[in-house]
Formats: sequence, structure tokens, C-alpha cells
Amino acid sequence: MGAMTGSTDSKRPTVTVGAAEEALSRLGEPITEAQAKAIAALEDCACKEGMFALAVTRRQLFAATGLVAAVGMTAMLPRAADAKAPPGAVEYPVQADPTKEQGRMLGLDGGYGSRSQFETETRWANATKTTSFSPLQNSYGTITPSGLHYERHHAGIPNIDPARHRLVIHGMVERPIKYSLADLKRFPTLSRTYFMECSGTTGWEIMEASEPTVQRTHGLVSTSEWTGVPLSTLLKQSGLKPGAKWVLAEGADAAVMSRSVPLDKCLTDALIVFAQNGEALRPEQGYPMRLFLPGWEGNMSIKWLRRLEVSDKPFYTREETSKYTDLITTTGKARIFTFTMEAKSVITFPSGEMKLPGVGFYEITGLAWSGRGKIARVEVSTDGGKRWNLATLQDPVLSISQTRFRFPWIWDGTPAVIQSRATDETGYSQPTHQQLIAARGPLESGAQFYHMNAVQSWGIAADGSVKNVHPPG
Amino acid sequence: MCIRPVERGHAALLAALTMLAVPGLAISQSYPSKFNFGVPASSQDIESMNIAIAPDGKNLPAGRGDYAAGKKVYETKCGACHGANLQGVAGLPSMPAGAALIGGRGTLATKNPVLTVESYWPYATTLFDYIRRAMPYTTPGSLTADEIYAVSAYILVEGNIIDQAMVLDAQTLPRVQMPNRDGFIPDPRPELFK
Repeated sequence: MGAMTGSTDSKRPTVTVGAAEEALSRLGEPITEAQAKAIAALEDCACKEGMFALAVTRRQLFAATGLVAAVGMTAMLPRAADAKAPPGAVEYPVQADPTKEQGRMLGLDGGYGSRSQFETETRWANATKTTSFSPLQNSYGTITPSGLHYERHHAGIPNIDPARHRLVIHGMVERPIKYSLADLKRFPTLSRTYFMECSGTTGWEIMEASEPTVQRTHGLVSTSEWTGVPLSTLLKQSGLKPGAKWVLAEGADAAVMSRSVPLDKCLTDALIVFAQNGEALRPEQGYPMRLFLPGWEGNMSIKWLRRLEVSDKPFYTREETSKYTDLITTTGKARIFTFTMEAKSVITFPSGEMKLPGVGFYEITGLAWSGRGKIARVEVSTDGGKRWNLATLQDPVLSISQTRFRFPWIWDGTPAVIQSRATDETGYSQPTHQQLIAARGPLESGAQFYHMNAVQSWGIAADGSVKNVHPPG
Repeated sequence: MCIRPVERGHAALLAALTMLAVPGLAISQSYPSKFNFGVPASSQDIESMNIAIAPDGKNLPAGRGDYAAGKKVYETKCGACHGANLQGVAGLPSMPAGAALIGGRGTLATKNPVLTVESYWPYATTLFDYIRRAMPYTTPGSLTADEIYAVSAYILVEGNIIDQAMVLDAQTLPRVQMPNRDGFIPDPRPELFK
């Protein structure tokens, strides 16, 4: 799919064949300690393209001959990350014929793998550096790689030593308790695959098609497998006092981000999460522990969780009054405590800024999700919403998770508008932009249109180019 | 063998049957209802981070501040991002725009609403709570209680919400009536389209 966009491959640095060949020609030659030191010094130079390729190859040789330890070059290994590899990758030389020489030895990655140096997908950050968007256009299946999970920070990413971090539960409880990460991990745990979405996602698209790609329209949604302890277990340890109805969750970031959460949610499916996709939470996802409220707007799942205060009333924090409230511009009244992320879907291929190379078969594919449960069906239209066809849902369809849908399509070369419409197990279907504007009022500037889940349209021109559009009517 | 709580009934049955058939071969365990993990949170643990202020003002700290003191705090610590006239500053590099703090009354029922402390915020206690936890942006949590009361007074006076002579403290702040106090409604979703 990336190749079809025509925008990624051209950015790849070309491999300097000469350097690689030079390295290859030396394979098997004995290496002296002096030579090793000379190459170590080479790595300190202002490197030209290809030099790192050589250095890495020589490092392999040192490893093979036991010289790495002898000259202390293992310390040089992380420097390979400074090479021109994309984020999350390490630049290695490309072999002329990988069947004719040994591949690199395992262990050069220090025991933690990286992606191919030819893969370039990254999160896209907005100008204020408060949000980053997941590259949905080249997503596969339903799980978002942890390094590509969308981000929303209210005061940057704190760097927290887990040995010093504590979670305190207090307020209207019989027994205030303080937990370390180690304490938390001793409880019975659960793993669940859930999507998380920012309540602001696509809000900027309500009045007109504005952003060019699906990453920038819908990229504030991601799915991970989350592991943690049910919050109900922890509240039971502390014992709720009569009259308890809300829980304030608070983070250890510089915003000391705080939201009031209804107690009912805390006692049903809320988790205190410490792992994501099989390993510890990433720092940007709340390391060492975060709240997770399945199906609710992402900002409520407080990251870097340090405190839970049980209360009889909500606190009306800044993030639940000034922000994350939904102003209805026809009345001037604002909806408050709008938690649920409703059913939504988007076609990820083909999508904005791609170009179909010609007429013929394409598998339209995308993602659908609902904060109220499972996706019941996804319909796809290829004629701007006149006719709708059922898409195939990829098993397993999980509750409050993203579901991949697919639809076979023969493009005849005429302009087309493709759309998807999700319906969840409660029977709720995605509305149109016009229906949302009719219900909540038009909004051109000055506030965020939260919970915008309208049907997304991609227009395909006769030349195959794909554009974000709002269909007429 | 681990059995989830929901399966406890099955586990008990299974255990009984197993015991009958082959005594001692299988030991089935269920989850306890209590765990003794973590340690009691001391009053010091709690007080060191117990900063949330609800609209009733309970837990507001001692201290006081007025417009004149607040003007000094604002000019030295807030104005760079929120503007000399409190109308906000856009386009700050790699950080959120400094929000407008005053103005915007009468714009909420338009398609270009201006959301500020003056026009939108329902409770003055939220102002104290938020400034204390998150402001100033470059040195969050650095203001004293007196400074926070004072700068709150400055913003509320500039927003024509309180009188310039008013002194804000733990008693007076929760009594401030914000213009948009009744501007919020419960979530009616799911909406019924068509």
C-alpha cells in the first residue's frame, strides 16, 4: 500500500554499494586490534553515507573473532542508531546476495529487536506537539504497534522511575492504601484487547474535509492488548464508604492531569494497566501504570496514575469543564460528562493522498469500532452513499476493540466516492456530518467538536488519486 | 491451576468430583477475596498529593489574595502566554496556544464561540485547582497559595465577574458565581438520527 502512495520509497537513503563491497571484500581477513581501534575512531567522524554500513559490518567481524570484548567496542553498538535508519530501526548494510554469505549474528540488537530499516511509518505530530497520530493508512490487522500508538499529552511525557512511583487510593474508603508497581503486579490480572480514541478525533472535519490523509483525520485511535488489575479489586481492598459515587483519577505528569470517573465504571470494567502488547507500558502511554476505561474517551484513562480519590461528587476539573465538554451551538448549552466513544469506522485503503495505479481489482479495507460493544456490521458504498453493501468482518470481532473489514471492488476508472458505515451490537449506526450538525449545531471555530463519528468519504478521481471529500447532500 | 472467580462454581464442583474419584490427585484453588498487598497510606502520603478542589471548596488551603497582588503575579508569570490583555497568545512554539481567559460572553450560541474562564467555566474553584496543578506552563506547581488566590482574583475581576475590592480565600472563592454556571447539561446520547 505504501508503494501506491508514491511518497515513502523516494525518501529512503540509497545504499552506498562501494562501502558494502569494501566491507564484503574484507570478510574473513584477520583483524588486528590496531585496525579495530582505527575503525572505532572512524565512527567518531562526521560520517558520510555508507560509513556506518562499513562500521556495522566490521563490528560483526569483531564479534566473530572475539575482538569486541578485547577492544571494548560493544559500547559502540548503540551508536548505530545514529545512522540514517528511520526511527525504531538500525541501519545495516544490504547484502548483494543474502544467500551467498552469512547473515548478521543475533545479539547485535542488544537483545531487543528493531524493525526493518526499510520501514518508515511514523506517528505524525501536530504543531503544538500535544498529539501524535497513528499511520492508519498502512496499518494491518487490528493491533497498533506500541511505537505507533497515538499520543495525547497535556504536559509532555514524564520520565518516571517505577521504583519510586506509588498509587494512593483514599477519600471515601475505609482503608487508604498505597501501592508500588510490584504490589500491583501481585494481584490477579486480566488482559483485554481494547481500542482507545481521543474524543477530539476528526472533530476538525465536521464542517469541511480538511486534512489530507487518514492518519491526520482518524489517527487518534489505536488498539492494544492491555494487561492490568481490575480497579474493582483495588477498591474492594480499600472498602467503599456509603455515599461513594465518583473517583478522581490523577496523573503524575506536569499537568497533574485529573478526571472524575463515575464509581459504576470503576466497579465494572476499569483496569489499572501496567502492560501493553505483552511488555511494560511505553512511557508515552503512562509508564509505569495508567487507568484504562474501556470505550470511553481516551483522556479519562489517566496516564502515570498516582492517585485515586473516592468522592460523593465529581470535582469539575478543568479537563471536564473547560475542555472535553460538547458545546451545542444552537442552544449555547454544553454537554458535560460525555464519556462514550460511539460507533465509528474509516476506510484505510484506499485513502487520502494515495493513487490507484489503474482500473481493476482492489480490496477496500478499514477499521470499525464502538465504545458500546462489538461491531455488528460494516457497510461499504462506492457510489457516495446511494447503495450500501455488507463488508466482511475479520474474526475475531472483539467488544470495544477495532474490527478490520474488507470489501472486494472492481474500479472501472470513473470517479467514485467510497465510504464505510459501522453499526454496533446496540443497533447504533454512524451518522452523516449533516445529521451531527443538525443535532449539535454548526461549529466553525473557537471550540473543539468532540465525539465526531460521521461517515468518512474518500473521493477517487479518474486518474486514481484519492482525496478527503465531503459528499454533496 | 488457576480458576477465574466467575468459574468458582465449576471449580468447586470439579474439586468435589476429583476428590471423590482420586483423593489427593488434584488440588483446586480459588481466588481469595482479600489480598494484603500495598501498605496503609499515611496521612502524610495523602496530604502531600491531596490537591483536588471540588466546587464546595473543601480542601482549599489557607491564604488570600486580591486584584492588586494578582496583577503582579499575572504580569510576571502568566502574561507571556495568555497576553497582556488576557486574550490569549496563539502560535507559541511546540506548546499549546496560551488560552484566552476573558471575553466571549454571548458567543456560546454561535458557530464561532469564544470559550474562556469568563464565558464558559462553571466554577471558580476549578481556576484555583488548575492553576495550582498545571500553571505556569514552564514552572508548574511553583505558585504559593497566596499567589494563586491573587491571580484568580485578577482574572475574575478582569472578566467582570467579581468586584475589584474582593479578597479571595478558602471561604470566598467557592461563593463566586460564574456567568456560565448553568450552562451545562447531561449527555443525551445516543442521539436518535432520522
